[in-house]
Amino acid sequence: MLMKLPMKETLLMVALAVAVLLLIQVMGTAYGVRVLVEASCYAIIALGLTIQWGYAGLFNAGIMGFVALGGFSAMLLTFPVNQSFWESELSGELGMAFLKLFAAIALVAAVLQLHRLSVPRSIRVPIILMVLATLYLWVVNGFAPVSQSIVSQYGFIGGFGLPVWAGWLVGGVLAGGVAYFIGHICLGLRSDYLAIATLGVAEIIKAFLKNSDWLTRGTLTVSPLPWPVPGAGEVGFVMARSLYLSVTAVLIAIIFYLLHRAYNGPWGRMMRAIRDNELSSSAMGKDVNQRRLEVFILGCVLMGIGGAALATFNGIFDPNGYLPLNHTFLVWVMVILGGPGNNLGTLFGAVFVYVIWVMSEPVALFILNSISYLGDLWFAWEAPSDFTSRALQARVFTIGLIITLVLRYAPNGLFPEKVQHHH
Amino acid sequence: MNELVFFINNVVISGLTIGSIYALGAVGITLIFSILRFAHFAHADLMTLGAFFAFFLTSLFPAAGPAIGLPTAFVMLPLAMALTALSAVYIDKAFYKPLRSHGVKPIVIVMASLGVTLMLQGLIRMFMGTSARSMYIDDRKGIHRIELPFELANRPVVLTDPQILLILLLIVIVIALHLFLTRTRLGKAMRAMSDNPDLARVSGINTDTVVKVTWIIAGSLAAIAGTLLSLDVSLKPDLSFHLLLPIFAAAIVGGVGHPYGALAGGFVIGFAETLSVFNWAVILRPWRDYLWFDLPANMAFVSSEYKITVPFFILLAILVWRPTGLFKGKVL
Repeated sequence: MLMKLPMKETLLMVALAVAVLLLIQVMGTAYGVRVLVEASCYAIIALGLTIQWGYAGLFNAGIMGFVALGGFSAMLLTFPVNQSFWESELSGELGMAFLKLFAAIALVAAVLQLHRLSVPRSIRVPIILMVLATLYLWVVNGFAPVSQSIVSQYGFIGGFGLPVWAGWLVGGVLAGGVAYFIGHICLGLRSDYLAIATLGVAEIIKAFLKNSDWLTRGTLTVSPLPWPVPGAGEVGFVMARSLYLSVTAVLIAIIFYLLHRAYNGPWGRMMRAIRDNELSSSAMGKDVNQRRLEVFILGCVLMGIGGAALATFNGIFDPNGYLPLNHTFLVWVMVILGGPGNNLGTLFGAVFVYVIWVMSEPVALFILNSISYLGDLWFAWEAPSDFTSRALQARVFTIGLIITLVLRYAPNGLFPEKVQHHH
Repeated sequence: MNELVFFINNVVISGLTIGSIYALGAVGITLIFSILRFAHFAHADLMTLGAFFAFFLTSLFPAAGPAIGLPTAFVMLPLAMALTALSAVYIDKAFYKPLRSHGVKPIVIVMASLGVTLMLQGLIRMFMGTSARSMYIDDRKGIHRIELPFELANRPVVLTDPQILLILLLIVIVIALHLFLTRTRLGKAMRAMSDNPDLARVSGINTDTVVKVTWIIAGSLAAIAGTLLSLDVSLKPDLSFHLLLPIFAAAIVGGVGHPYGALAGGFVIGFAETLSVFNWAVILRPWRDYLWFDLPANMAFVSSEYKITVPFFILLAILVWRPTGLFKGKVL
């Protein structure tokens, strides 16, 4: 049978190709490839969101946190080893602090099992609270002196010097672990609560990465992170970035293929059934919360991997660089504009929105400079000194406007989800 | 005694202040949550918007305050409240109502409210710049130092004008809100709609009016909270960023749909924050000779960079153990 190409999708893809070519033409090949690599990293993150929102209808408002965890893992695992720190006594002390932490976790887990000994609730709760507070102070006071002397003597503990793929993989695992913790608590409740909790956890992850100087160097940032392919110094900017792009493209192809299979398989059918009618699918014996937890974790794993790839490409780990606007809402726009639940649409959305996002900064600056120039010329109006920093806020406004307008006028996005009907 | 004064200044007064701010925000959140059935993420930005209106009016009429003897922004508060309430009603009309009438899932409206958050933030920063500003233009912040009548206390208790005004205003608002919800037809209609919207509609309640009144109340309270907070500290465009999680935590701790619960929740979160960043070593210092351990210089539970973790973990704890909140609210 001949495959008929759908008109609208083809046109949109052609438009995207033209936009990318235009970008490369105007800004130069090296810059264009760089934008494409970043867009491909965002595409991995967006695929993670599209399975959460499109397959299962879960609202994740804290993508930034999972992306930052991925970046952190890429930094910690792949950055060269800080020999002088590991040979000093401080590494042993740090190990002791971690031992204290593990012991405290084990004790808490044990105390939480008190109900098995049929201890009455009125005694159990105060005991648990007391133990929690004491252990918390014990662990915190164990870490404080060690981390202070690490910062003052060695800067930070350095990385583990492992290969890049290990950093990306662990990034996914870390993000998945946090997702399990949050999802386990919130998924049984109303969907709004998940949004609030993810929003909070993202800020906490950022605060942790920013303030743990001994682990991440905090605001001093860590660079350069090693690449999985030869760097620009060996083969030139364009070639190095193209090689990187081929790595992320292969990664996307694998993820895309697996997600496609999952979507059309029994698992995807079940997820859509749960999304569209929770009551009837739970009546059919599907464990709704368990399935949601599955898909939430899977999505966050992809976000972690994407975040790791992004940080490795940028070559720098800067906790302050993670912003809700760039790492949560931009991804949202990519997914809802491209078409939630449609992987191809999500890929399209990721590249399209990212290219526009990158271009919008010089365009906005150009327009505003013209405005202030003309204003000065015609009305002798002097622009305020922070005019450009204010003017860039127009992008924030625009992202918000796009989200609300797409939700209202094109809730299925440009590439609506195609559900196969079997007659 | 000085330690006690330190405790009063750093825990009692600042806990009351920040607790009142959270409570005012949480009442709005809980009303919207129970009547429109979605988590309104743009609420903290309504607070910033209210503060921005007050700032704008203050710079228009800087002499209005000193004439009466109150901070100018406070004199301008009724106008700022009206403007914020109006904005809230129109934001609803433009962005949430079309989605509601399409019958989308509530979570889609939550997303739309995040879109509105970004729009408000963008607009406010475009007009105001990204730096912090003082709300005092022609006047200065009144600071009262109250000497305690004890011999050992040689440090004063410090209270500022905005703090006194905030606490007085909160008492007035609580009484007014109570009377409104229990005595007036509209208040009863609101409670009916929060209990069962379909039943309210078939029994002849004009749900559009109720929705409008909800936005007016929520918007005005947000304007009060935003203005008084920025009077006490300073007006920052990213004010909302630090408020969003605590006010949601307060609303959920109090039990969604419970205005009184939200008040209590606000104070629970406010005091939990101040108690956990408080340096307990100061209190213990007079007894340091009797302690079995060396007193560290800083004995706060949480360092102030991690303040945001306090409302978050309270929120998680309440979701695990008592999702209905302290006052048996709804689990929507």
